Amino acid sequence: MAAVTYDHVVKRYTADVTVVKDLNVDIKDKEFMVLVGPSGCGKSTALRMLAGLESITEGQIRIGDRVVNNVAAKDRDIAMVFQSYALYPHMSVYDNMAFPLQMQHMKKEEMDKRVRNASKILGLDPFLKRKPRALSGGQRQRVALGRAIVRSPKVFLLDEPLSNLDAKLRGQTRIELQKLHRELETTFIYVTHDQVEAMTMGDRIAIMNAGILQQVGTPGDVYDHPANLFVAGFIGTPTMNFVPVTTSDSTAKASGFEAKLPKSVPAGKGTLGFRPEALTDRPSADGSNLQMKVDVVERLGSDQYLYGQVGSDQVTARVDPRMKVAPGDTAQLGLDTRSIHLFDAESEAAFF
Amino acid sequence: MTVAAAAQPTTVAARFSPGWITQLLQRYILHIVVIGLTVGWMLPTIGLLVSSFRPFALTKTSGWWTALTPLQFTFQNYTDVLGQSNLGQAFFNSFMVSVPATVIPVTIGAFAAYSFAWMKFPARNWIFLALVGLLAVPLQLTFVPVLSFYVNTLHWTTSDLEATGIPGLPWVPLWLAHAGYGLPFSIYLLANFFRALPSDLFESAEIDGAGTLTVFFRIILPLSVPALASLVIFQFLWVWNDLLVALIYVGGAPEVAPLTVNLADLTTSLGQGSNLLTSAAFFSMVVPLIVFLSLQRYFVRGILAGSVKG
Repeated sequence: MAAVTYDHVVKRYTADVTVVKDLNVDIKDKEFMVLVGPSGCGKSTALRMLAGLESITEGQIRIGDRVVNNVAAKDRDIAMVFQSYALYPHMSVYDNMAFPLQMQHMKKEEMDKRVRNASKILGLDPFLKRKPRALSGGQRQRVALGRAIVRSPKVFLLDEPLSNLDAKLRGQTRIELQKLHRELETTFIYVTHDQVEAMTMGDRIAIMNAGILQQVGTPGDVYDHPANLFVAGFIGTPTMNFVPVTTSDSTAKASGFEAKLPKSVPAGKGTLGFRPEALTDRPSADGSNLQMKVDVVERLGSDQYLYGQVGSDQVTARVDPRMKVAPGDTAQLGLDTRSIHLFDAESEAAFF
Repeated sequence: MTVAAAAQPTTVAARFSPGWITQLLQRYILHIVVIGLTVGWMLPTIGLLVSSFRPFALTKTSGWWTALTPLQFTFQNYTDVLGQSNLGQAFFNSFMVSVPATVIPVTIGAFAAYSFAWMKFPARNWIFLALVGLLAVPLQLTFVPVLSFYVNTLHWTTSDLEATGIPGLPWVPLWLAHAGYGLPFSIYLLANFFRALPSDLFESAEIDGAGTLTVFFRIILPLSVPALASLVIFQFLWVWNDLLVALIYVGGAPEVAPLTVNLADLTTSLGQGSNLLTSAAFFSMVVPLIVFLSLQRYFVRGILAGSVKG
């Protein structure tokens, strides 16, 4: 159990290939922190530097109070679950889980106790004698988790552990991982490119793009108050609508409508962002209404998605499923201006 | 009912469709080609086997395929070969040469291959490239320099079998020679195999606390059994069947000469005793066959299955 600190961490492969740029994150003890971002954003590299599989070019990584820059991977008291699971194919499930303990020269009885305990938590008892190849994907994944659990490490590192599972199993495992996190009371650092995993599992989320940390916050924070255009577009499905606007005082003028802004901003160009659910079939109280020429209607039972044009902009709306719309119609929609965002055209940073 | 009625025409159509013909061709032509190649490859060996059981006089006048008419079999060729006084010694020598000359290069090769595949050191790729280059060097090129090094520098001569300084082990020069000739290929084959192992396994082992040697012995070696087995077969067959290298480095001294040298001595330069070569060839084949058949079961496909895929 320990906090983890990235202090001005840089990873540079060659002079002009920098994959992690000045990363500063404080991960609290027992926290479930998710590093999320598109592929190639440096999230895995950040994790591998913490694991000791990659060197740290600049800055410090601390586990607890200990600077681990020059500590060997095995001495960092961490455990890692790989995307590929990396099970030892020639060893039984039991031996796979016992391997890290054997490496510590642990006593047989203690080792046996720990392996059996982990196997009980993960429901692996019937498979202890089997080889990994005789297991299903989900079972293999649990063996990989078991191998991490037996060591009772200070920090768990998980590198996209769910991406090799099918959709249904992924949903289940997501819940099991959260339970496991509560039971083990250990710091979890979880890397994924899937924002749904990030939103559902993380105590806090760190969003990275192109080697730069964009925002750190609780799932609610990053959803409701994205720091910039990238975060706003990355978090949430369907993605947030972005419409170029011209602002003056507290109104934003788009190609097809005008929206009242909750506070006044300097006049200029910007990008207005609003999530599909900010659009409703009821007119807005402050007159921020818009007409959408509907191209596609998707009925999902609980929701109804409308895809269409507002002025010259492409907009998605998530409306009440009882609203009657057909493709080709013009829908009258109201914009809930309490949950709109405005981004600077140049810096892409959020005004609100 | 409707389903069954609808299904019938489709099956009839399918029977005459080109897809069906392609499938048939694929299945049978493949088999015919494989069987044809196998038979063509084995034919000379079968001829040799048949000849080895025929009287010498007959083999000189008619081909082995006429062996059934008239049917005349004899074990004379085998009794002649086995009846040689120093055959036992030659057999023993062959083992004393082949086993270490297999174990040494495979062992050293495995260690070297690990370093080439998974450790970082300066000029690694250049050294590996040089090693691959060595594969192309004909070993005849090395006879004079190596032999002159043995004789002039180390003073190992065939007239003094104890000259290696290790009493009772006069095969040392041969071991070293064979190890040298076998190493480039050992390293090349194993390094390629090791390199193909998933890197996640090593990283996982590293985090789990395994050191370099532990990774080598507990993870790489068990996973490389198929590669090691094929390499052992290659090297053993090559050393067991080798005549040239043995003749050059230990000469014809019966105390050290392996089976191949002994059997070659059966024939004189005038062709006398060539009838014995057929049976001798089969006799010397026994051991490689046993080695091959006993290692065959290690060629397990998919030994990596279940390690890193979902």
